Amino acid sequence: MSVDAPMTDVVVAGRVRRAGRWRLIVTVLAVATVVAFGLNLMVGRTFYGPEEVLRVIAGQTVPGASFTVGVLRLPRAVLAVLAGFAFGLAGVTFQTMLRNTLAAPDIIGISSGASAGAVFAILVLKVSSATTASVTAIVVALATAGLIYLLAYKDGVVGTRLILIGIGISAILKSLVSYLIVRAAAWDLQVAMRWLTGSLNGATWSRALPLAVAIAVFTPLLLGQARNLDLLRLGDDTAAALGVRVGRTRLVAILAAVALIAFATAAAGPIAFVAFLCGPIAARIVGPSGSLMIPAALVGALLVLLSDLIGQFAFDARYPVGVVTGALGALYLVFLLARTHRSGGSL
Amino acid sequence: MTTLVAPQRSADVATPRRPVAARLAWLGVAGAALLLAAAASVAFGSRVVSLHEIVTAFTGTEDGIGQAAVLGRLPRTILALLVGATLGLAGTVLQAITRNPLADPQVLGITSGASLFVVAGIAFVGLASPMAYIWVAIAGSALAATFVYTVGSLGRGGPTPLKLALAGAATSAAFNALISAILLPRIEVMDDFRFWEIGGVGGATYDKLTLVAPFLAVGTLICVVSARGLNALALGDDVAAGLGERVVRTRLLAAAGAFILCGAATAVTGPIGFVGLVVPHACRLLVGVDHRWLLPFSALVGATLLTVADVAGRLVARPSEVEVGIVTALIGAPFFIAIVRRLKVRAL
Repeated sequence: MSVDAPMTDVVVAGRVRRAGRWRLIVTVLAVATVVAFGLNLMVGRTFYGPEEVLRVIAGQTVPGASFTVGVLRLPRAVLAVLAGFAFGLAGVTFQTMLRNTLAAPDIIGISSGASAGAVFAILVLKVSSATTASVTAIVVALATAGLIYLLAYKDGVVGTRLILIGIGISAILKSLVSYLIVRAAAWDLQVAMRWLTGSLNGATWSRALPLAVAIAVFTPLLLGQARNLDLLRLGDDTAAALGVRVGRTRLVAILAAVALIAFATAAAGPIAFVAFLCGPIAARIVGPSGSLMIPAALVGALLVLLSDLIGQFAFDARYPVGVVTGALGALYLVFLLARTHRSGGSL
Repeated sequence: MTTLVAPQRSADVATPRRPVAARLAWLGVAGAALLLAAAASVAFGSRVVSLHEIVTAFTGTEDGIGQAAVLGRLPRTILALLVGATLGLAGTVLQAITRNPLADPQVLGITSGASLFVVAGIAFVGLASPMAYIWVAIAGSALAATFVYTVGSLGRGGPTPLKLALAGAATSAAFNALISAILLPRIEVMDDFRFWEIGGVGGATYDKLTLVAPFLAVGTLICVVSARGLNALALGDDVAAGLGERVVRTRLLAAAGAFILCGAATAVTGPIGFVGLVVPHACRLLVGVDHRWLLPFSALVGATLLTVADVAGRLVARPSEVEVGIVTALIGAPFFIAIVRRLKVRAL
């Protein structure tokens, strides 16, 4: 008994310290996101100071800035935050659930359904309204994910099978997309390409709104499963023994994450590797304690904001944000190689 | 995967070796299928020509539209046969050296490596000669494959099929992003690339054929020479080393052969996926696991498959056509999914 009391104190103290650290990290990430958001509003062909930007956001009319900041930059930056948030959250959900850093939804083909649906709608069905294309993208993305899930179902869904079947399905979709692209007329192609490389060009409020609603609906759903998902990392059997309803947790997580991916892709295109990168970056910052979901979502928002800045202004040519994040993904793979040479870490 | 039990002499253990007669019979069937496919490739297209016209075209006794069509389709047919054989061979070798049933030039990201190097070469170094494309594509294949294999081997359990496939998919995605980063500001390169990106044999000429043939011959030779070594590798590295096989040397040699084949084929036709995945599996069912039989057989079947896929692509969208790379993906990806569903979870 006399030993127990100080032991519990140590445990409790440790828990409090870790929770404090987690809160600190989340605060820092949130502040960094706000700063990056502000930067995206200020920097451009003409620079506007923080004061002017704030006045525009407050609804006052500032000559010049009202249009540039209020109409051009603000929706773009908001869309960047929303898309990054959705991709980051969905990505870390998949990585946690499938216990594999490489198993992000963009790698295993979950988001290929959204691009394929939109390209099909634009090039074959000759859909001209952006809303219809987005709706098609969302429907096809959900259907694709459902198909992958069904094909992976054989005495229950096993993560490994889900991943590989996703890769197979995305190969089919990619070949269909390239078939359509080669035959596309030049003017349709411009529109269709937006669905293949993630881009924030031409962002409008009407494009950001559905994504915002989706995030508001599905984020709480995913966060409610956060604890169960963390337990799934121990393996299906262990998690089940600890009282997790494995099948249900996985189904809810897949549904919510796929919906987030679908809406984000419909709004901004498949911004490459954001879903892939956020989990590992968040894990590195947060360490072993605490949930990764909120930090990963914030890292996603930050990543998209900064990549968009880089893509627009760092080079002679303007690159869509998806190209920048894709290049970052390549760098990350090299980093994985270099690191494991030293320490023999695991994937 | 191939966890082989030590061969026992007891009567109830089925011998994995198939009778030579059966293998020869299958070889005959495959040869006949190849001839049929080649004939179909010459005969069918936006204009169907008769057998008589084909014969007269070859004997050169008559000049007509039919004969012209036959002669026009000839280089294309030869290219489809050569590249199909190449991809079949390369797939078999890759599956043997990685001991991975899902290995394929496209799944492993090899073709995207070749694409990236060719595009970078055109954009930055001003690469212009087709010969240079081939060398650069071979270098790209080798680099990408090494990269994917190393990433896929990280962590616990070594290079499992799952990790290799994931590493390949991630690497392809990353390379594709780099490719679009290079291409976006260079519209003139982009337009060529848009068509090259989807594998096709439509642009075949005799010049291209003579250019690529030596590379394919060298690659094939290397692969065939290492057939016996590949058999030993199938037993696992330890057993193979115990049997006196120089494991690292065999693997590197066979890999070099496969990279030469993949790189050269990709440089002429663009990336064509899944032939290298499907063919070895089909061939193992027919002639067993001995690579001395498997390699020539997969070359035959690969050539047949790609030619048939090309003919099918020409027929479904007449008078236009579907590129062969798309047809093979549509055939191959469901096959990939079927293999995945059959594999035991533990093997992944």
